[in-house]
Amino acid sequence: MLVATVFAIVKLDHLMSAVMLMGFFSLLSSGIFMTLDAVDVAFTEAAVGAGASTIFILAALAIVGRTSKKKRPEKTFAPLIIVTCIGAILVYATLDMPYFGAPDAPVHTHVAPRYLLESGEEVGPPNIVTSVLASYRGYDTFGEAGVVFTAFIGVLLLLGAGTRKSGIERSAPPNVNVESMRQTVVLREVADLLIAPVLIFSLYVQWHGDFGPGGGFQAGVIFASAIILYALIYGIVPAQKVLPPRKLAYFPAIGLLLYAIVGVIAMLKGGNFLDYGALMADPHDGQHYGILAIELGIGITVAAVMINIFFSLSERSL
Amino acid sequence: MLTGLFNYWIVIILMMAGLYIVMSSGHLVKKIIGLNIFQTSVFIFFISMGNVAGGTAPILKDGFNVFSNPLPHVLILTAIVVGVATTALGLAISVRVYEAYGTVEEDEITAKDRDNRHRETSVSTVTQGAATEDVQEIQS
Repeated sequence: MLVATVFAIVKLDHLMSAVMLMGFFSLLSSGIFMTLDAVDVAFTEAAVGAGASTIFILAALAIVGRTSKKKRPEKTFAPLIIVTCIGAILVYATLDMPYFGAPDAPVHTHVAPRYLLESGEEVGPPNIVTSVLASYRGYDTFGEAGVVFTAFIGVLLLLGAGTRKSGIERSAPPNVNVESMRQTVVLREVADLLIAPVLIFSLYVQWHGDFGPGGGFQAGVIFASAIILYALIYGIVPAQKVLPPRKLAYFPAIGLLLYAIVGVIAMLKGGNFLDYGALMADPHDGQHYGILAIELGIGITVAAVMINIFFSLSERSL
Repeated sequence: MLTGLFNYWIVIILMMAGLYIVMSSGHLVKKIIGLNIFQTSVFIFFISMGNVAGGTAPILKDGFNVFSNPLPHVLILTAIVVGVATTALGLAISVRVYEAYGTVEEDEITAKDRDNRHRETSVSTVTQGAATEDVQEIQS
């Protein structure tokens, strides 16, 4: 099914449908992650792939036009040969790989046993993914948050902060009149019903990430998707009244700083950077509050980045 | 063997489809869609590697002993969010390209670039010629 969807995307010149299939593809793959026991990943993919990235691409398409030209035959032939060759090489390479689900594969014998066996003692949260993400690989995650922040700065520089003054004024393309969605009763009622629970759910995901699947990344995207839904139904302007883009632009930095400050406090208290055990007298409490704080930082950064990017992209299309 | 490696082969098919889109399509946004497919296939590859037969989601609870490997999950979780941020950056760039060129089709952009370069080189030879004349005048 996944393969069929992808081939449909390859064929389609009509980009609107390609993007819709892209969202469907993301949803399918999140189902696959679910069956492969990666609940956190499935969660993220469903929120990000099927939600945020589809909307971003749609917003960009509203600006650049929605059909791609027919390909010239010589542009399809050469890539096909290259792709087949690379694919064949890769398939040959898989013959050496450990079989799917094999418990003695090299992946499972390096650091994973320590994470699985000792994270309950050393870090605390029952959700091992959270302990690895926030504690064992805290540097990594800090870097990732930094990348998200940097990408946000890039979008901001390229497109402006989503304020009406920045950028070129442009008449809305036909059929993409976002404002008109307000008139559709069903959409409006459903959105009214959904937005508040989605916001609350994002907070639950944020604070409950230690125990179940969830955490800052997912919560941030879910929070942002509630705001984006509001902006889609009621128009950008009311949404920007609630969250003025100029002020919102500070929040990614605040989130990242919160993360860094937790690390620095741990250093001042005599531990290493991001060594939460040093935060409090009891290392377990320290780990717990440290993880909560940095997850909050991640959540703020991600949510603010997503909303800001959406504002920037959609302001351009108005 | 068929069941053991089936996941990886599906991943390879998806990956190659994404690569094919990137190479064959001239439309910048469609290229980004292709990159996204490529990316997602890599995610599926990592998660497949992390799976352990008979395991469960890596959340500690009494009564469960076999878990999937949490490390790929962490890597992919952050990669997804970083992926959407970089996708947005790519889209922002293509929007700017559209504003500068009026198109996001690769060949049209190259054609316009070539036109511009012709015009620029012809202009610059004129100014260079003028400059050398100036130098000659000063020397004389």
